[in-house]
Amino acid sequence: MIKYIGQRVIYMIITLFLIASMTFFLMKLIPGTPFKNQAKMSDEQLEMMLDHYKLDEPVPVQYVAYMTNLVKGDLGTSYQFANTPVSELLGARIGASALLGFQALLVGTVFGIILGVIGALKQNTWIDYGTTFIAVIGKSIPSFVFAGLLQYYVGVKLGWFPVAFWKGPEYTVMPTIALAMFPIAIAARFMRTEMVEVLGSDYITLARAKGANYFEIAFKHALRNALIPVITVLGPLAVSLMTGSLVIEKIFSVPGLGEQFVKSVQVNDYSVIMATTLLFAFLFIVVILIVDILYGLIDPRIRLAGGKK
Amino acid sequence: MKKSKFSLLLVLTLVLSMFLAACSGGDKKDEAATDNDSDAKGSELAETQEITVLESAEIPSMDSVLAEDTVGFTMINNVNEGLFRLDQEQNAVPALSDGEPTVSEDGTVYTFKLRDAKWSNGDTVTAHDFVYAWQRAIGQETASFYGPYIMSGVIKNAVQVNAGELDVNQLGVEALSDNELKVTLEKPVPYFTALMAFPTFYPQNQKFVEEKGADYAKNAENLIFNGPFKMTKWDGVAATEWTLEKNEEYWDAENVTLTKINYNTSKDPQAAANAFEAGQADVTPKLSTPAVISQYEGDPRLVTWLEPTEFWLKLNQENEALANKNIRFAISLAFDKDALVNDILQNGSLAANYAVPAGFVKHPETGEDFREANGDMNTFDAEKAKEYWTKGLAELGVDKLELNFLGGDTETSKTVDAFLKDQLQNNLPGLTINLESVPFSVRLDREDTQDYDILHAGWGPDYPDPMTYSDLWLTGGGHNKMSYSSAKYDELVKSAQGELAAKPAERFEALQEAEKVLFEDAALAPTYQRASNVLVSDKLEGFTYHIFGPEYSWKYAKLNK
Repeated sequence: MIKYIGQRVIYMIITLFLIASMTFFLMKLIPGTPFKNQAKMSDEQLEMMLDHYKLDEPVPVQYVAYMTNLVKGDLGTSYQFANTPVSELLGARIGASALLGFQALLVGTVFGIILGVIGALKQNTWIDYGTTFIAVIGKSIPSFVFAGLLQYYVGVKLGWFPVAFWKGPEYTVMPTIALAMFPIAIAARFMRTEMVEVLGSDYITLARAKGANYFEIAFKHALRNALIPVITVLGPLAVSLMTGSLVIEKIFSVPGLGEQFVKSVQVNDYSVIMATTLLFAFLFIVVILIVDILYGLIDPRIRLAGGKK
Repeated sequence: MKKSKFSLLLVLTLVLSMFLAACSGGDKKDEAATDNDSDAKGSELAETQEITVLESAEIPSMDSVLAEDTVGFTMINNVNEGLFRLDQEQNAVPALSDGEPTVSEDGTVYTFKLRDAKWSNGDTVTAHDFVYAWQRAIGQETASFYGPYIMSGVIKNAVQVNAGELDVNQLGVEALSDNELKVTLEKPVPYFTALMAFPTFYPQNQKFVEEKGADYAKNAENLIFNGPFKMTKWDGVAATEWTLEKNEEYWDAENVTLTKINYNTSKDPQAAANAFEAGQADVTPKLSTPAVISQYEGDPRLVTWLEPTEFWLKLNQENEALANKNIRFAISLAFDKDALVNDILQNGSLAANYAVPAGFVKHPETGEDFREANGDMNTFDAEKAKEYWTKGLAELGVDKLELNFLGGDTETSKTVDAFLKDQLQNNLPGLTINLESVPFSVRLDREDTQDYDILHAGWGPDYPDPMTYSDLWLTGGGHNKMSYSSAKYDELVKSAQGELAAKPAERFEALQEAEKVLFEDAALAPTYQRASNVLVSDKLEGFTYHIFGPEYSWKYAKLNK
C-alpha cells in the first residue's frame, strides 16, 4: 500500500509539472496584456509596463523564470490586484469555496443516495417516478435559474434566509441547496440504476431465499455494492464543487474561487491563471487517489495494484 | 466490515442533522431590521446614519497612486481628499486647497494655499505630502498607470521624469512651505482644478507610507485617511466586504451626516436587486440588464443618469473598401440607433450622433453644452446610406463586400453587435458582416495591431475636457488605430493643444470645428452614449454620483426616517 501510494505521488508530481508547462504556453498564446487600462496607454507607456513586469522577454525565458519560482514555492503576484501575492488571494478565497462545496457534497450525496435507494426499492411505483422526476429536474435546470428562483422566492418573498452575502452559517444555506441540486441528481440516478441491478443479482435472491429481512438485504448487501459507481463520479464532482461555482458565487455573493478563476482568464492575470489551474489539478489528482483507495475499503474484491495482504 | 457500515450510517445521520440545524433559526434578525426601516416617513433624519452599499467588484488597490479602477477611486475619494473635490453638481470645488489657487499670467503656474487639515494619525497634511505622492506616481519604479497617463503633457517634465531622463525632483511640483504648493504646468490646462479632484493627485503621508513599506495600503490597518470617512474594516484586495466610518478629524466633519457605510460586492444585477428588495442593501451597483431595469420603470428608487462614455464603430482605413469615404458614410448612416437604445439596450442610453458626448463639457463663456452648437452630425438614414453605398461600390468596382466586425463577448456586447450586423446587412445590399465576439484583452490587442475591419469600441473620460475625445483621432495618435488622417483635423486639435490653450473659448470652438471635420470625413460611426442605472433607497437623500474619476461621494448623503 505504502509503495503504491509512493508511486502515485511521483506520478502526481510529473502530472503537475506537465500541466503547469502546458498551461503556461497555452496561456501565453492568448493575445493581449494583463493591463486593465491598456486602451489608454501610449505605445511608450505600454512598452515600459511590459518591461517592468518582464513580459517583453521571450516566452521560454519567462517559462524558466516562472518554473524556478514555482519550485521555490513562489506563485507570483497578481496584475489585476495591485501586485498582491497570488497565494494570499487564493488563501483568502478558498475557504468559502471549500466550505460551500463540502456542504453541497454532503447534502447532495446523502439526499441523492436516499432518493436513489428509495427509487430502486420501490421500483416502477409513483415513488420511483417521483424521485426520477426530481433527479431529472436537478440535472436539467441550469443552476443560475434554480439559484435565481430560490433567491427570489425563499430569500425575498418568504424571507427565510438572507438573500446573499457571506456573514455566517445561515448565509450558506441557500447557496448550498442551489449547489447541491446537481450532485443530488447525479447520485440519485447512479444509485437507482446500480441498486436495481444489484437487487436483481443472484446473491440477493439467495439472501432473500434464506429469508433475510428486507432492509437488511437492502442496506447490508445491496447498498455497499451499489456505491462503487457513485463514488467514481462523486470524486471529481467533489473537486469541481469545492473549487467554486462561478454562477452560484455570483448570485449569492460568495467570496469564492470560481469567479476569481474565470475573471483571471478573461483579463490575462497570468500568475492567477497558473495558480488556480495548478490548484484544481492538484485537488483533482489527490481526489482520484482517494477514490482509488476508497474502492478497496468499500469492496474487498478490488485490490490496489502492488498492495499485498 | 461491521464497523464501516456503522460509520457510513453515522456519517449519513450527522450530515442530515447538520443540514437541518443549518435550516432552522438564524434568519430572524434580518426580518426585524427591515421592519424597523419601514416606519413613518418624512425628511427627519434617521437616528442611525448607517447604510449598506453594493459594489460590483472588489477593491484592487487603495494606494492612490496605483489605483486604476472605479471602485478603488471611489473608495479613495471617500476616505481621502485632494486639493479639490467634486461637488453634487459635478463641479470641482476647493477642498484641501484654501480657496481658489493663484494662477500666473500665462496660466502655467498654480500656487495653492492649504487649509488646516489632519491625517488620521494626527499629522498635519502638508504641501510635502503632495510632492511625495506626485513624485511617487510618476517614478518609474512605482509602475503606476495613471501617474504617467494623467500627468504627461500637463505637469512640467512628467514625460521626461517617467522616461528616466530627468530626476524625479524635476517634476513641476514644489512645496514652497508646509502649506504652500506650487505646481508648474507644461502649458495652460483649462481643466486643471478638476484634475486636482482625481485620486492620483491626492497627497500621501511619506512617513506612514515608508514606515509600512510593502504592507502599505494592504488592508484597513495599513491605511491613513484625511477625507470624510475612514476605512475601518477591509481585509485586502480579495475582501468582498468592507466598512467606512465617519472621520471625526476631517476638517469639514460637521457637514458629514452618515456615520457608517457597509459595503458588499454583488456581481449579478438581479441578485443585487433582490438584496435591495429584501432590505439588505440601500444602494445597488450599476444595473446593466434591461430585464432588471424594466422591473423598476417609473419607480422613484431607480436613479438613471447619462455617462459621458460613448461607443462607436471604428472603421479601419487600412481596409481598401473602408478607405473609401462613400462606403464609410454608408456604414455610419445605415443602422437605426434609436431602435438600438430603445429596444435593445433599454437602459436610458442615448443614440449617439456625435463624437463628443452630451452633458459632458460646457462652453467656457456661454455655458452651453458642447452639443448645442454642433448638434446631431450622424443621424440614421437608410435611404441616404443606400445612395452612398451604391456610389461607393461603383467606385470600388465591386457589387458586394465582406467585412469583419470585431466586438466584445459580454451579453450586452453580443446582443448589440448582432443587432448592428443585422441592420448593416439589411440596409446595405451586398454587404456581408462576419461578426467576431472576443474577450476585452483580445479586442485591445487586435485594435492595437489594427487587425479588424470594423471595431465596436468605446471611450470614457478621466477629466472634463473635450480634448480627451478630440486627441483620439490625431494622425498617428496612440489611440487612433484606424489610420484616419486629416491635416485639417490635426491642425484644429493641435492649435487647441498649443496656441489656443490660454484662450478657453476659442479653444473650445476649435474642438467643435474639429468634430465637424471628423464627420465630413465619415471617420467614425458612433452608436450610443451609455446611461447608468442604480437603485437607491428612498430614505437616502443627497445620493451623489460623478461622471468621471470617482463614482460616488457619500460626504453629501444622509438617511431620513
